[in-house]
Amino acid sequence: MTSTILRALSPWLLLALLFALAPQAFPSASALTMMSVMGVMIIFALSYNILLGQTGLLSFGHAVYYGLGGFVTIHAMNAIIHAKLNLPAPFLPLIGGLAGLAFGALFGLVSTKRAGIVFSMISLGLGELVSSSSFILRSFFGGEEGITTNRTKLAPFFGHKFGPQIEVYYLVAVWCFVCIVAMYALTRTPFGRMCNAVRDNPERAEFIGYSPRMLRFISFCFAAFFAGVAGGLAVLNFEIMNAQQLGAQQSSLVLVMAYVGGAGFFFGPIIGAVIMTFLQITLSDLTSAWQLYFGLLFIAVVLYAPGGVAGWLMLHAEAARRGELWRLAPAYALIAPAFAAGLIGAVMIVELAHHLFDQALDEGSAMRLFGVDVDAASMAPWLVALLLLGAGIGLGRLLWPRVGDAWGVVAARLNRAAAA
Amino acid sequence: MLQLVIFSTLNGVLYGMLLFMMASGLTLIFSMMGVLNFAHASFYMLGAYFGFEISRRLGFWPSFFVAPLLVGALGALVERYGLRRVHKFGHVSELLFTFGLAFIIEELTQMFWGKLPVDYRVPPSLDFVAFRLLDTTYPAYRMFMLLTAIAMFVFLLAILTRTRIGLIVQAALTHPDTVAMLGHNVPRIFMIVFGVGAALAGLAGVIAGPALVTQPSMASSLGPILFVVIVVGGLGSLQGAFFASLLIGVVQTFAVAMNYSLAEAFGANAPPLLGDLWQVTIAQLAPIIPYALLVLMLILRPTGLMGTRET
Repeated sequence: MTSTILRALSPWLLLALLFALAPQAFPSASALTMMSVMGVMIIFALSYNILLGQTGLLSFGHAVYYGLGGFVTIHAMNAIIHAKLNLPAPFLPLIGGLAGLAFGALFGLVSTKRAGIVFSMISLGLGELVSSSSFILRSFFGGEEGITTNRTKLAPFFGHKFGPQIEVYYLVAVWCFVCIVAMYALTRTPFGRMCNAVRDNPERAEFIGYSPRMLRFISFCFAAFFAGVAGGLAVLNFEIMNAQQLGAQQSSLVLVMAYVGGAGFFFGPIIGAVIMTFLQITLSDLTSAWQLYFGLLFIAVVLYAPGGVAGWLMLHAEAARRGELWRLAPAYALIAPAFAAGLIGAVMIVELAHHLFDQALDEGSAMRLFGVDVDAASMAPWLVALLLLGAGIGLGRLLWPRVGDAWGVVAARLNRAAAA
Repeated sequence: MLQLVIFSTLNGVLYGMLLFMMASGLTLIFSMMGVLNFAHASFYMLGAYFGFEISRRLGFWPSFFVAPLLVGALGALVERYGLRRVHKFGHVSELLFTFGLAFIIEELTQMFWGKLPVDYRVPPSLDFVAFRLLDTTYPAYRMFMLLTAIAMFVFLLAILTRTRIGLIVQAALTHPDTVAMLGHNVPRIFMIVFGVGAALAGLAGVIAGPALVTQPSMASSLGPILFVVIVVGGLGSLQGAFFASLLIGVVQTFAVAMNYSLAEAFGANAPPLLGDLWQVTIAQLAPIIPYALLVLMLILRPTGLMGTRET
């Protein structure tokens, strides 16, 4: 009895431990900032997946609830500071959540009438409506520069004023952990199961007496609530909120996070949020073409791995549990160099082209690429890049059947084991 | 006032016809393939940039004919090697593919032509005054745009109602499965429709580029409006898309020309909490009018102006 409870609890204890010890492993200031952003984005991406993964609603305007939650939080925060109310920082994301919920209920009434592609278009339209309103309602959205605040002016919480980043990190981590547990619990309730039913077959859900529209609406409200919490936390972390946070770019970002991570699994968006935040912060330091890489990565996932990172991991986890993973190793070892060559070639082409078209006018065509000085206007680097890309694609095509064969063997053995 | 009405109507109809050139392809593609093409406005942008690049080298008239063909060929390739691949993963993957594609096209455009608007000018052969009315002149290039859009509309109508392939396309709008069962090569029809749709959007870009601003954000600012057009018009209805295009074109153009605000109507003293709203002019509201129309339409008539399909 106790062992089953322990087994059920162990992933959560592990997660809590991970949150608690992460600052010990990465104590630098930049790592703390990045991990705080990751915590916020994890909540945001998971809230998005209540719609996409669990209810089958593809939203293009989810940042509206994140942003509005943030704006209401920041105004409330400034009012609290002004009135010297005794409400410390850890409770403020709740205000964001409630604001998200209120706006979610309002817009959800309109948008959850229909599912499928019409829902997507309505969410896009509502997103545009709100983000273009931000240029009109300037005193609420703060115009171009946004609204700023100062979290240390809030009443202290057991002596903590949340000045240093480490205190903010732990605040984000606790909220993040609580939200992950809450959203996971939500998927295990009858309501969560009915959402899956509405996603898979709305007609049959209706036959057993549930209104798909009502379920979509409730699920939309939950998603908006958690997005609002994320927005409130973002306000505490950044101490600023502007109209960009609720625009199309932020909505796209959360979609990419959830999808690249893997919308089909509960933990997929967590992986997606961690990976994309890491890439966003590190890549934007390395190259100014980082958004192009984001787009290419997204397209590659859509084309070749629709299950996302989580889907890919789960596929291998099943094989690993049965002790069959080693059968894939030779095929993977063969294809890895081809994959690496193709990737390096592609990155070289993007960097060369980007330098030649974007920066060569100001800085000249000389540049550093992978630690080597090259001239983007000369033939040699382009030839090397094309050769690498061509070799990568050619070898990949040649060797890919081997990976398929290896998977065929493993799948057959897994099936046999499952049947026996 | 009369002058405002006449010129706003002209400009509104022109803007509406441009919208329809794109919305028609979008709604055809959506009705036949179930794919909401996020990259449709990107083809419009590519049309403008190709037009700019070709007219810089060869002159406007070659670019007028070549750029749409290039964009159309690109569209057909996207269908053949991209969309058809993800088709097996379902509609959501198709939608996400075009979404990612739109993003990449915008990034590439920025990379090749820079973030700032390019200097795509009205060709000298069309740069004169068409007519003068009530002391206001109307440029010939705008008349040329209007005529092109109308010619395109007539051409599309003729193909759809008078030719065999138009018949199949029309049938596929309402009964795609039956068309496939009758033995038509539906994937090839998809490719052609996708290519023609892209070419139409490209043509709209070539002619709109000099009159509006050719910049990398032109796709992402126009794309959502196109979705509004096809939802308001009713999904799968070409007539609906036509009327919705004109409606949005005219309403938005009129709104831009009006400077009335609540403060002007009821005095400068705003009631509490309405400070911002009080000062807003109708012209400032113009960008959100299409989206407000979308929400209104969905509340009052979810199938759109002339639509019959629910999804």
